Amino acid sequence: MSGLPLVALVGNPNAGKSALFNALTGARQKLGNYPGVTVERKSGRLSLPDGRPVELVDLPGTYSLDPNSPDEQVTRDVILGRQEGEKRPDALVVVVDASNLDNHLRFALELIALGLPTVVALNMVDLATRDGLELDATILSRELGVPVISTVAVRKRGLDHLRQELDGLMSGAPAPYTTKPARDFDAVRKEARRIARAAIVRETPSRRLTAAVDRVLLHPVIGFVILLALLFVMFQAVFSWASAPADMLEGWVTALGEAVTNTLPPGIVHDFLLQGVVGGVGAVIVFLPQILILFFFILMLEATGYMARAAFIMDALMARVGLSGRAFIPLLSSFACAVPGIMATRTISDPKDRLTTILIAPLMTCSARLPVYGLIISAFIPARTVGWGVGLQGLVMFLLYVFGIVGALIAAWALRLTVTKGQSSGFLMEMPKYQWPRPQDLLIGLWQRAVIFLKRAGTIILFTNIVLWVLMSFPKAPDGVRQSEYSIAGRIAGGINVLVEPIGFNRDISLALLPSMAAREVAVSAIATVYAIDAEDDVEALDKGLGERLQGRWTLATALAFLAWFVFAPQCISTIAVTRRETAGWKWTGFMIGYLFVLAYAAAGVTYWTAVAAGLG
Amino acid sequence: MRLTDLPLRQPAYVDLIDWSALSPSEGQRLREFGLCEGASVEALHHGGFLGKGPIACKVGRMTIAMRRNHAAAVTVRTGPDGAGAENEA
Repeated sequence: MSGLPLVALVGNPNAGKSALFNALTGARQKLGNYPGVTVERKSGRLSLPDGRPVELVDLPGTYSLDPNSPDEQVTRDVILGRQEGEKRPDALVVVVDASNLDNHLRFALELIALGLPTVVALNMVDLATRDGLELDATILSRELGVPVISTVAVRKRGLDHLRQELDGLMSGAPAPYTTKPARDFDAVRKEARRIARAAIVRETPSRRLTAAVDRVLLHPVIGFVILLALLFVMFQAVFSWASAPADMLEGWVTALGEAVTNTLPPGIVHDFLLQGVVGGVGAVIVFLPQILILFFFILMLEATGYMARAAFIMDALMARVGLSGRAFIPLLSSFACAVPGIMATRTISDPKDRLTTILIAPLMTCSARLPVYGLIISAFIPARTVGWGVGLQGLVMFLLYVFGIVGALIAAWALRLTVTKGQSSGFLMEMPKYQWPRPQDLLIGLWQRAVIFLKRAGTIILFTNIVLWVLMSFPKAPDGVRQSEYSIAGRIAGGINVLVEPIGFNRDISLALLPSMAAREVAVSAIATVYAIDAEDDVEALDKGLGERLQGRWTLATALAFLAWFVFAPQCISTIAVTRRETAGWKWTGFMIGYLFVLAYAAAGVTYWTAVAAGLG
Repeated sequence: MRLTDLPLRQPAYVDLIDWSALSPSEGQRLREFGLCEGASVEALHHGGFLGKGPIACKVGRMTIAMRRNHAAAVTVRTGPDGAGAENEA
């Protein structure tokens, strides 16, 4: 807690709250969690006109103080001063969408009634104008009894004015705090409607750009085809756009390794840095471009308003497996990482719906699997096209994602019939207006993801690699015996190998399986470390890329089985930890780990045996 | 006529909502979306391959999506007398 005055940014979903938050705080944001719950806490620092700093916290969007899901509950608790680990805000900035006044004013009235110093940001006035609406902020301010500032967050309009008003509010004596019971819902609604009518100066028939676009994008057939095409382009882009920056990063890692070799005398420190640190972590870092491209697409889909359309299109399909279209959004986020995906299930109100979504979220191919898929695909799948400019490697990648999705749908269906049986929940959702996202907002989002990834690489991945390097380097193998087999890690892997040999896994894979529980990417760095250690005295082997070395040691059947394993395996401690926290115990977490391991084993086995039978072994 | 039967893009008004057909939280969410007796409503899109999917409709100035079983709880009417309800609300 910073000890600074706290201002909360609150409003309906789709009121443009996050854009306003970004415009007010810039890139100086802090991401964290509220204690005890996994709702993300986003805060930043804002300077008032006289230079006084204020902490601004961006609360999850909600429609009223009557929460319908766990994240809306946080908003209510913070505003009422009941949230653990957060002091009661000193002032509120209520964000309302200018083109949806009747609706957003109802919540604003509810908030103003609390008696906290409040300023209303009449946001997205430009879009209201596009829709043929002209509003008078002065009338609105008089009717509401609090200052009202017209803002266009995406163009930074009205921000100085907003800061000035906050300054005025924060200088007054602290307001008496009331939680007077809200008036009857219908009475507040009518009041909101009356005020909205009064504030509207002119209203011409709107151009309905959104409705026109929706005719195409929500079309039962065309819309579905477009959604599939979008996802396909996304996965192709992850492969093709990333290759140039990834090669550049790889060049830097190699140069760094050479620098270590040139500056340090041969010995244990040299080996440790080269094999354990540069080799291991470097093998993961080169996947940063792919991960950022994936996040770019997901942030774009969210910011443009398309994500809600995707949920609409998917609802009919999701309903067949007992879920709602709303579950599609956390599942799509899980393509980036299951941890935020599982956290995003907090917007699902039905508990069984939510539990099912959590249980299948790890089946979505997260970005940590990209390094693994990337390595194996580039080593074993030829880089040629299969026609129409579609690359074979990208196609295989796409298929791996499809297997994850189909597996998830079947799992959801089976779970809903058995362990999470219950009445199917509904699908009620707002479809926001389409908007062109502001590049700065996308950049801030990408920057935050890059920092999180690099932190992972610098902490958990580095640490796991160091432990692994030690376990693999000692005791020293006598001549003629492979170090990776003779070492402590090699002996442990030997034990695991008995279990996974039937599904085509070799000792390299057995060795990588355990540390990859810490983070999936470690599978790649672990294999890289194995080869670096084994190749210690073999200068020629060191010059070869990791992929080339794999080709010499793995069969295609083994490689495919390894990919199939990674589609289903319940890995990564972070996912398990967040599942435990979200399901409040080990019961469902244990269940999830169990069923995913069984699936992974079966899938790898079937893949291997089929491939061997087809003569690929 | 039920909202499920309302032809696409024909402006109408909500006549009656059978709140008992909705769970308390669903009813609350619909009210928060502005769906109430007298509100203007217009069906925009039917989702799903056979039109069995959710319905997207405009309520006031907002577009919302709901499943058919929920939409069936909403009775709407078209015609001139609806305008009176709109202004009174």
